[in-house]
Amino acid sequence: MPTKPLNRLQMAWRAAQDIEDRALVNLGLGMPVAVADYLRPGLDVFFQSENGVVGAGPIAVGEEIDTDLVDAGSRRITLRPGATIIDSASSFAMIRGGHIDVSILGAFEVAANGDLANWDMRVPDKGPLVGGAMDLAACARFLWVIMEHNTRKGAPRLIETCALPLTAKGCVKRVFTDIAVVDVTDKGFVAREILAGLSLDDVKARTGAPLAIAPDCKPLKAPDIALPDA
Amino acid sequence: MAIDKQVASAAEALAGIKDGAVVFISGFGGAGFPNTLIRGLREQGAKGLTLVVNSATHRYSLTHELIEAGQVAKVICSAARGQGKDLSPFEKLLKAGKIELVCLPQGTFSEAIRAAGAGIPAFYTPVGVGTDLTRGKEVRVFDGREHVLEQAIKGDVALLRADTADQYGNLTFRYSQANFGPVMATAARLSIAEVRTVEPEPIPHTRAQLPGVYIDRVLKAPE
Repeated sequence: MPTKPLNRLQMAWRAAQDIEDRALVNLGLGMPVAVADYLRPGLDVFFQSENGVVGAGPIAVGEEIDTDLVDAGSRRITLRPGATIIDSASSFAMIRGGHIDVSILGAFEVAANGDLANWDMRVPDKGPLVGGAMDLAACARFLWVIMEHNTRKGAPRLIETCALPLTAKGCVKRVFTDIAVVDVTDKGFVAREILAGLSLDDVKARTGAPLAIAPDCKPLKAPDIALPDA
Repeated sequence: MAIDKQVASAAEALAGIKDGAVVFISGFGGAGFPNTLIRGLREQGAKGLTLVVNSATHRYSLTHELIEAGQVAKVICSAARGQGKDLSPFEKLLKAGKIELVCLPQGTFSEAIRAAGAGIPAFYTPVGVGTDLTRGKEVRVFDGREHVLEQAIKGDVALLRADTADQYGNLTFRYSQANFGPVMATAARLSIAEVRTVEPEPIPHTRAQLPGVYIDRVLKAPE
């Protein structure tokens, strides 16, 4: 019997396990910001937020709350020791200049050539919202994506060619889904981990492009983490 | 005569802003929104404005009041989506074809303003290549990678909020309050800062974050 698919926090936990010591990391809105809670013990990591915070700390509570100290998701935050704050143009110079080691974003679709679609769902009449997504996607040294393997209707999100408007071409290196960890390589998608209890064929059936298997493919596992609203 | 950039009222701070002006508005996520000056511009009444503002719809900014009042002809931003499924005032005007929109990646937006203030008329960036936001723009390959040509954005007026100022217009910012303010101040012909307090002594150079040469008027707005 297959293990349950990872929930959103477990997906964030799994992505966090791949972050290396002393990395400079930018976390996108939604699932990615939860990554900060699940780093491996003993790591010293700086989180950059594109409004200029270099060294974002945990969410502010109680008397820590200050409306002038926010992250790129407008969340009121704290600073970690050693943090600095720069202006937006300097922050995007840091991003475009390739100084961010890992950027983790949510997504709607990832194509087998690494194309990313994560900013425009083509909702009629709603205004556009791109923010820093294109800058982060185009310029981070490693771009990882956290997203469910399939849409609510069951359509694959890992596909041959993005149908939704692109955020950046050929940028995604790794995708953490609820049933697999998939690398995007020169030869397309390669499964590095598959949810315990599922076969490669099970995951292939839910993927919209050819999926190879890494020689050392492991079972995807995560500790029990309850969703706050569950 | 000694320089003193402090003005007594929002009306005085905003005097001379004409219809059709290109207006920069700073602020991000609740930090650094110059809401006293925005409301002052609402009362001042200039029309046909082009707003250069990161978000046209942020709930903590009063930018939407200018848009709802019909003072805005065009918005240049990186975010224009209202909260929830219902259409924001901006989105209703956009749907009706009554407001023009240019959406840019946030780093291109901030760099275009920085470039204008630094005397650079246009620049190549790898961001946005092959996307809807750069359609029709010139593409050139550098170091084997495609880059798109983006033009600088100059302003007539910049509105920003800082923490403290001195009589020379030197500014300090609290935490993430600076965001777009410093580059906006460099790229506008008239730059106006509202501040929590005006210090009686010159701000030491080790604390000043923006030289007062970029600031024309200072309004004390404790808020």
